[in-house]
Parts: sequence; C-alpha cells; structure tokens
Amino acid sequence: MSDIMTAKDLNLWYDQTQALKNVNITIPEKSITAFIGPSGYGKSTFLKTLNRMNDLIPTVKIKGEVCYNGQNIYDSSVDVNELRREIGMVFQKPNPFPMSIYDNIAYGPRTHGIKSKVKLDEIVEQSLRDAAIWDEVKDRLKKNALGMSGGQQQRLCIARALAVKPKILLMDEPTSALDPISTSRIEELAIELKKSYTIVIVTHNMQQAVRISDNTAFFLLGELIEYGETEKLFSQPVDKRTEDYITGRFG
Amino acid sequence: MKKNKMIERAIHGVFLILGLLTVGCVLLITIYLVISGIPAITEIGLFDFLFGTEWASTAAEPSYGILPFILTSVYGTAGAIIIGVPIGFFTAVYLSKLANSKVKAFMEGAVSLLAGIPSVVYGLVGMLVLVPAVREIFDIPDGASLFSAIIVLAIMILPSIIKVSMTALEAVPKEYEDASLALGATPVETYFRVSVPAAKSGIAAAVVLGVGRAIGEAMAVMMVSGNVPNIPSLFQSVRFLTTAVASEMSYSSGLQQQALFSIALVLFLFIMLINATLNFFLKKEKD
Amino acid sequence: MLSKKRKAYIGGMKAAMYISTGLTATLVIFLVAYVFIKGIPHISWELLSTKPSYISGKIGILPDILNTLYIVIATLIFVIPLGVGAAIYLTEYAKNKRLVGMIEYAAETLSGIPSIIYGLVGMLFFCQFLSFKTSLLSGSLTLVIMNLPTVMRTTQESLKTVPKSYRDGAFGLGAGKWRVIRTVVLPSCVDGVITGCILSIGRILGESAALLFTAGFAHALNGIFEGLTSPGASLTVALYVYAKEQGEFGVAFAIAAILMILTLLINLSATLVSRYFAKKREL
Repeated sequence: MSDIMTAKDLNLWYDQTQALKNVNITIPEKSITAFIGPSGYGKSTFLKTLNRMNDLIPTVKIKGEVCYNGQNIYDSSVDVNELRREIGMVFQKPNPFPMSIYDNIAYGPRTHGIKSKVKLDEIVEQSLRDAAIWDEVKDRLKKNALGMSGGQQQRLCIARALAVKPKILLMDEPTSALDPISTSRIEELAIELKKSYTIVIVTHNMQQAVRISDNTAFFLLGELIEYGETEKLFSQPVDKRTEDYITGRFG
Repeated sequence: MKKNKMIERAIHGVFLILGLLTVGCVLLITIYLVISGIPAITEIGLFDFLFGTEWASTAAEPSYGILPFILTSVYGTAGAIIIGVPIGFFTAVYLSKLANSKVKAFMEGAVSLLAGIPSVVYGLVGMLVLVPAVREIFDIPDGASLFSAIIVLAIMILPSIIKVSMTALEAVPKEYEDASLALGATPVETYFRVSVPAAKSGIAAAVVLGVGRAIGEAMAVMMVSGNVPNIPSLFQSVRFLTTAVASEMSYSSGLQQQALFSIALVLFLFIMLINATLNFFLKKEKD
Repeated sequence: MLSKKRKAYIGGMKAAMYISTGLTATLVIFLVAYVFIKGIPHISWELLSTKPSYISGKIGILPDILNTLYIVIATLIFVIPLGVGAAIYLTEYAKNKRLVGMIEYAAETLSGIPSIIYGLVGMLFFCQFLSFKTSLLSGSLTLVIMNLPTVMRTTQESLKTVPKSYRDGAFGLGAGKWRVIRTVVLPSCVDGVITGCILSIGRILGESAALLFTAGFAHALNGIFEGLTSPGASLTVALYVYAKEQGEFGVAFAIAAILMILTLLINLSATLVSRYFAKKREL
C-alpha cells in the first residue's frame, strides 16, 4: 500500500494558543485511519488541516507541510476548491442542505460544472447506492432532505461527499449524533467504502476504532503520541499515556 | 484555476463596494450639507445667524436670525418628551410585565399602527381636531401653536418609546425578578424597583430615539404650528428648524436659499449629536 | 400585611400604568375611527379612477395612486440588491471588525436622519447635480438611501440564522465562496428580504417630506417610464397639498383613509410573514 497523505512538522495556532505541535504522520491509501484521544485535544483540528477547512477560521495560523500525492496543499498554487473536491468531508452533525435529496447529491457535481441531466441522474443514483441508502430514498428523491432521520441524513451526507468522486474521505466523529443501529450501518458502510477510497475518521469511541480501522493515531494536548496498526496499538501500546487512555484511566 | 480566483476576487470587490455604500451615503449627505450650508453662515456671520432673533427672509432688508427656530425645536422636543415619555414608559411596563396575552397582542398591533401612520395624516387630524380644540379650550385667537405641535409630537414619539422600552424590559433576566419576589416584594414593586433599573440603558435609548424623532419631524408640525417665525411661547404660532426649511424651499433663491441649507446643517448637527448619544446607550445596554 | 405606604405606591404605579395604556389605546382607536368616518364617505370610484380637472372642478386621485405605486416599484428595484449586497458583505466577507463597526454605525446614522434632510440632499444631488430634475426617479433614489439601512438590517438578521454547517457542507464539497453564497446562503434568507420589503413599502407610503422637493406636486396621468422622468405627487404629498393649500378636506380625508387601510394591511402582512417563516424554521 502506498502513502497518499503525509504531514511534516505541522503546527497550528488559534490566535496565541497552540493547538497542534509538530505532528508527523503518513496515511496509507485505501485504508481506514482512526484518530482517537480525549475531546478538545487536536484530533478534529488536525483532520480539518487535511482539506484546509481551517482556512475558514480567520484566526488560524499554520506552519509545516501537508503533502497530498507529493504536493504540499498549503502551497500558494493549490486551488483550495479543487483540493476539497478530491478530499471530501463528512461532519460531526449531519448537515444536509435545505433542498431536495436529489439536489443535495447533485450540489457537488453541479458545483464542478456537470450540467447534463442524464449524467447527474447517474451520479445521484450511484452515490446513493454506494452510501447504501438508495433503496430507502429512491421513491422520494424530490422530497426535502431535512425530513429524513438523523442516520439517513448522515448517510445522505456521505453520498453527497462521494458524488464528487473524491480520493479521500475525512469523517469528523460521523456517528456521535446517531443511535447505535445507525452507527453500525455507517461503520459497515465505511468498511465497504475503503475498497475504493481512503478514509480518515475521528472518533471518541475506542470500540469503533478497533472495529473498523486499520491504523490508529492517538492525540493528546495537540501532540501525536502514538501511531501504528490498530491491533498493535490497542494490545501493546508503547507509550504509557496511550496505555492509560485505552484502559480508560482518563479522558 | 487562476480564472476562478480572479472571479472570486472581483465578486469580493463588488460586495465590498455595496458594503461601503452606507458609509458613502453618510459622507455624501454630510459633504453636501456642509458645502451648501457654510456660505450663508459666513456671509451672515455665525453669531448673527445662530443668535439673531429675527427671521425676515423676504423683507426689503432681510434678516436671517434662526434663534426662534432653534428655541422652538428645543422647546417642542422637550415638551413632547415631557408628555410622551411617561405615557410611553408606563404603557411599556404594563405591556411587557402585567398585561395578559390578548391585551398585549392587541396593543402591540395598535402601537405598530401608530408607528406606521404617515405624518401627514397626523397633521391632518391635528389641523382639524386638535387646533380648533386648543383654540376653544384656551380661548386664544389661533389654535395653531407650539402647544398643538407638542401634543402631536408627543403622540408621534409614543411608538418608538413603547417599543424600545418593551424590548429592554423583556430582556431583563427572570432570575432578578424572582429574587425580588422571593424577598417578599410584590410584582408591581419588583417591576419598578428591579426590572426598570436593570433596563435603564434601553429605556434611555428609547427616550433619545424619541428626541431624534421629534426634532426631525417636519410635515405634521408644519400643519399644526402656524408656521410664523416667532420667539416661541406656548400658545403662539411658531416655526421649527424642519418647517423653516420645508416652508420656504420651493420659492427661495440666492442668500435666502443658502440660509435654508444652513438651517438644515444646524438640524443635522443636532441629529448627529443625538445619534452619538443613542449609540452610547445602545452599546451600554448590550454590555 | 403591606404597610400603607407600600399600598399607596403600588396603587399609584398601577393607576399610572392603566391610565397610560388606556390613553394609548383610546388614541389609536380614535385616530382610526375618525379618519375612517371622515374619509370613507368621500371615497368613490370616480375619485379613484380619474385625474383632477380644472374644467369640471372635480378632483381625482388616480395619478397620485399611480405615482405612489411607481415610487414603490422604483425604490424597491434599487434598494433590494443594494441592501442585500451590503448585508452579504457584512456577514459573509467582512473580517475587519472596525470596518464592520463603521458600516453599522453609518447605517444607524442613516436611519436617524430626518426625512426633510434627505429631501434637501436628494434635491441637490439627484435633481440638480445628476440633473434628473424634479421627478419620481429623483424621489425614488432619495428613498433608496433612506431605506437602505432597513433592508440591510433585516437581511443581516436572517443571514445570521443560516447555520454554519450549511456553509461548511458546501465548502467541504469544494464550492467556491460565491457559489456557496448563491446556492446555500441566499435561498435561506428570503424571509429577511421579504420583511425588509414590507417595512420599506410602509415607509415609502408614509413618506412626504423627502418627496416634496425631489418628486414634486404634479397630478398628471402617466405610464411608469414617462412617470419616472416627470414630476408627480405621491398620495401623502397630495394629501398635504389638498388639505393645507386647497382646503379640500374631503379629498384629504379620503386619502388619509386609504393610507390608513394600506398601513393596516402592511402591518398585518408583516405579522403573517414573520409567523409563517417562524413556523417554517421550526420544521
């Protein structure tokens, strides 16, 4: 497996507060990488540096490199919008637009210039199938997406992200707002998706990381403490702090 | 890719211009008033202009003293505040704290209507109801007077005072009131001794807003004040800063017209002062 | 037991509240009733559908109705894009706090300036400097400046209620800023724009001092394009002229009654619209 993303000495500040300290990590292609750690200690912040969503916060300052396919994404020649098309994102709270299910999925392709109805129909169906929600919604594509249940909304958001054919899918605690059944469906979906996509998932749920991820990174106080194969990290952690965390001694 | 960035930048530029439009308008108004208001003041002399007691713009030997207008506007506004504020204040306390929901809904509609009625309608009703009544009751030759104008202005500022005070009173945290009630104060005592002091900046803002409304009103007072440039007294015909501009503008020229612009400049300075005060109280309320 | 002093205080305050509220209510009811009683008998089809004629000596207010309509249309056409654009700049683009503060202070200032001053500056700038002459267009442009803060503020308020997650979702799909605004932000602030329009229409209908020297007094019957370039009296200005200068109180009250009905309708629709959108937002 080859590496698709690499962060080198990445530092990030909100105003004066340093939120990330010298993070170094490589993320392999077509796998699931999980970020774990107590809330508020940098894992979501780091995830957002991978597709430059932090650009939207004016007070954020970043030093270091994030390379995607060998190219530093913070280079001035990089088109942020194109970058975000290739590196998609699913948010903590399902956030469908207040439009029809169809228009939600078609939003991304339309943004990137696809106008043909036939083509859009095809993308919408394929994305909804890939997100395992097609059978539930195929008869009400013109209905407002806000009328769906939370779990359906989140799978819709995953379908919406898939519709622009990304290479990487960043998921920021995608199941934290969902019930256990919806959660397990999303987990199954993630495992299915890794055949064709690279997935990076932030989770506060260690069982989830064990269940679905290939590699796990443990963040604490803005630092990457330990990173390795999930099985190994959970069975024989190297760092004392990792051990304390996964055995539930804090956080 | 480059093209997209250019387009985004151009759109950003367009919105920046739209955003700055309000600032541009304020500058435009200020500059126009200063440029057209200064010449007459320099020609007449600042002191003679502001403190001259005689306005005779069309006389063979014209004189341009605007003290009568300044005093009328100040007295008129003060009178409207003295009458309008207590009525508006007590109404606001009643509606925000005591009134049941039906009364409140009805009165809120009534107050919005009061705010929406055009000033010429106030002027018309004032002209035909208030002015004759004032003449009868006080037994004076002409009811069109400062007194009539004060009554009309007091009514016209009521909606601003009621609405803004109500907003401030409704924003008072319920915990304050509960604490006072728990100490054995009655509801009415609580509202006036706890809620009103807590909302005092907002109520002050309401009063200042009323001052601004009253001093700027032109058409309604023009129809009930008789429009004679006297040094003001309560039962005499008077002319306000606003009506001085409105009544002569259509047929004026030369120095007379320039003097009218100077009057507008004086009015504008009053308003800017009031705005600054209003902003001070609004900011205080936010904190 | 309450002491006598406390009882007197409570009684006094209660009395003051009842009297004030009663007075306000009486005043509104009296105004509405008086204007209707005096005005409605004078409203006739002839009055509404003709123009004044010196030959027959009859007065018709059709030109004034049309002028008012033209002014409303022209003002809204200009003020909506400008006000919405300014609001978008403030909520979506502006990052500099001092600049935002300055723009908001300017808007506050504009809403505090009396209409007579707008009339004067409108006359100097639009009628004379831009040589639009005394015309409905000059009047409308003056009203555009007056109503700019209103549309800006209502739009701003509703833009603030658009959840950040909508914007994030769209940015996350690689949409550029302008596309996010156009497709996700703007459709969600329709309520603010409509509220702004209703409030503006109310203000335009009631305005007189700002139109006196910018739009003039004429009562000619015109189409909209002809009308915009020629002078004309709005309903309020016509009311003033008929009452103050011609002593035609019947016509003046008829216009007053029409204005009163329109004001009632506008207040009603403002309430209905805000209720409708509040309900929609809850879903």
